Amino acid sequence: MAERWTQDVKPFLAKWALVAVPYLWSLLFFLAPFLIILKISLSQTAIAMPPYVPVIGSLGDFWAKLSDFTFDNYVFLTEDPLYYSAYLSSLRIALVSTILLLIVGYPIAYGMARAPKSLRNALVMAVILPFWTSFLIRVYAWIGILKPEGLITIALQSLGILGPDEQIHVYNTETAVFIGIVYSYLPFMVLPLYAALEKLDATLLEAAADLGCPPTKSFWVITFPLSLPGVIAGCFLCFIPIVGEFVIPDLLGGSETLMIGKTLWAEFFNNRDWPVSSAVAVVLLIILVVPIVIFQNQQKKA
Amino acid sequence: MNKSTSWFNITSLVFGFAFLYVPILILVVYSFNASKLVTVWGGFSTQWYVELVHDQAIIDAAWVTIRVGIISASFATVLGTMAALVLDRYRKFHGRALFSGMVYAPLVMPEVITGLSLLLLFVAIGFDRGFWAVVIAHTTLTMCFVAVVVQSRLVTLDRSLEEAALDLGCPPVKTFFLITLPLILPGVVAGWMLAFTLSLDDLVIASFNTGPGATTLPIKIYSMVRLGVTPEINAISTILISVIAVGVIAASVLSHRSQVEKEKAERAVFLAG
Repeated sequence: MAERWTQDVKPFLAKWALVAVPYLWSLLFFLAPFLIILKISLSQTAIAMPPYVPVIGSLGDFWAKLSDFTFDNYVFLTEDPLYYSAYLSSLRIALVSTILLLIVGYPIAYGMARAPKSLRNALVMAVILPFWTSFLIRVYAWIGILKPEGLITIALQSLGILGPDEQIHVYNTETAVFIGIVYSYLPFMVLPLYAALEKLDATLLEAAADLGCPPTKSFWVITFPLSLPGVIAGCFLCFIPIVGEFVIPDLLGGSETLMIGKTLWAEFFNNRDWPVSSAVAVVLLIILVVPIVIFQNQQKKA
Repeated sequence: MNKSTSWFNITSLVFGFAFLYVPILILVVYSFNASKLVTVWGGFSTQWYVELVHDQAIIDAAWVTIRVGIISASFATVLGTMAALVLDRYRKFHGRALFSGMVYAPLVMPEVITGLSLLLLFVAIGFDRGFWAVVIAHTTLTMCFVAVVVQSRLVTLDRSLEEAALDLGCPPVKTFFLITLPLILPGVVAGWMLAFTLSLDDLVIASFNTGPGATTLPIKIYSMVRLGVTPEINAISTILISVIAVGVIAASVLSHRSQVEKEKAERAVFLAG
């Protein structure tokens, strides 16, 4: 009996526990919250704490309460043009900044992959290091630079490009948001690109050059297509979180910039309207489901 | 390959890294500014650091942040390592697709969604918002990063050592602690550090789940930033940046050195044999 315990049952239990512990944690703290957010988005707003009328108390009165479901919060989202334009503008800002990130990140990743081998690890380290330092601090650093009386204005004034009374007005505009996003997300774009470019077989390019292919053409015919997995991974890694970005538009975009993460935050913290902010989150999630699934399939292949 | 280090590549690297580092450098330099105005240089001074030391609210927030970071990173490292083992070893079991989905999704999930949904869970089950809510939230977020880091280490692992131990009758759990864990330890340590810094860094998820007495440093910094740019924020930022930079560089040097020593030892064994 005891032998059977150590030989069969114990390893089985260990195996089972290994799967069960992280699985249950994720179910409880990652998946279950989404069901709750869905539930609350379907309940009515109340001036109470928590500020909503619960739709489902327990499983018992689930059916009894089914009639209490309300789509009011979703209808509300379609009625106020604020939400509609916030979603659209988030998607637009995320798309434009992903393209900007690709344009800025590609040459850096390319340069890194072509650098002498002895240098490469240090370069990778140098790209990762800003990623480890606080996101908030990195965004904050740009406020002092972009402010009307900030460092860019001072620099341009001392160069004589701007008159002593002129100022640069980038802070609290969408341009500032683009700068902040490209700056903060650059490591997420550069690292997957670098991983793809580093694996590239240099003999292919040599063969192309020997056969008379000009370097620009061989870049588009060989290098870029072979780096596509990195391009795709980098773009998804940036695009999805940027759509829901809060800190950057809040600190750099001012009241002009409309983004859904900011709207959700305001709905929750300023208006204390939990059902509507849940509905905002559910719609955002629905918009992002397709890119997230594509990203995951990509991850699995990698 | 080496001769193709062209001017284009050098230029893009120089500009790229200047873009990444100059703003941080400016931030650090202005933390030593004597002037209260952040953009006007008034001479070198360490007065903002002195003021920080006397700001009890900031010290309290820093203490909360460090505790949250250490506890959540440790939970996340255990859970994330387990998740990585499951994903690496068990290719087929019921619900594997759901599991890998739950592991990878938080990597890209917008923080406002994760933060809000977790808060609603805590309210629904009657769990108080505050210190432990933030710890659980950070554990859930960062275990995914740990899982990815450890998994990349597991993929390159030589399984024959484990198999040898198992063949010789070593029980699986003991095999893990004697063979597997030491081999993946650099990944596990890197995962812990990543989890710790992500926790140190997080504003959005912590804001949703915090409660009285559980103000973390990012929440404190954020409320200060809303009031305007002050040299004091630059000073806290500089301290945070230096702590993290020193930690990350030390860890990478250590792991590099152990790698080099291992290679040396292997070469020595090879030559001796």
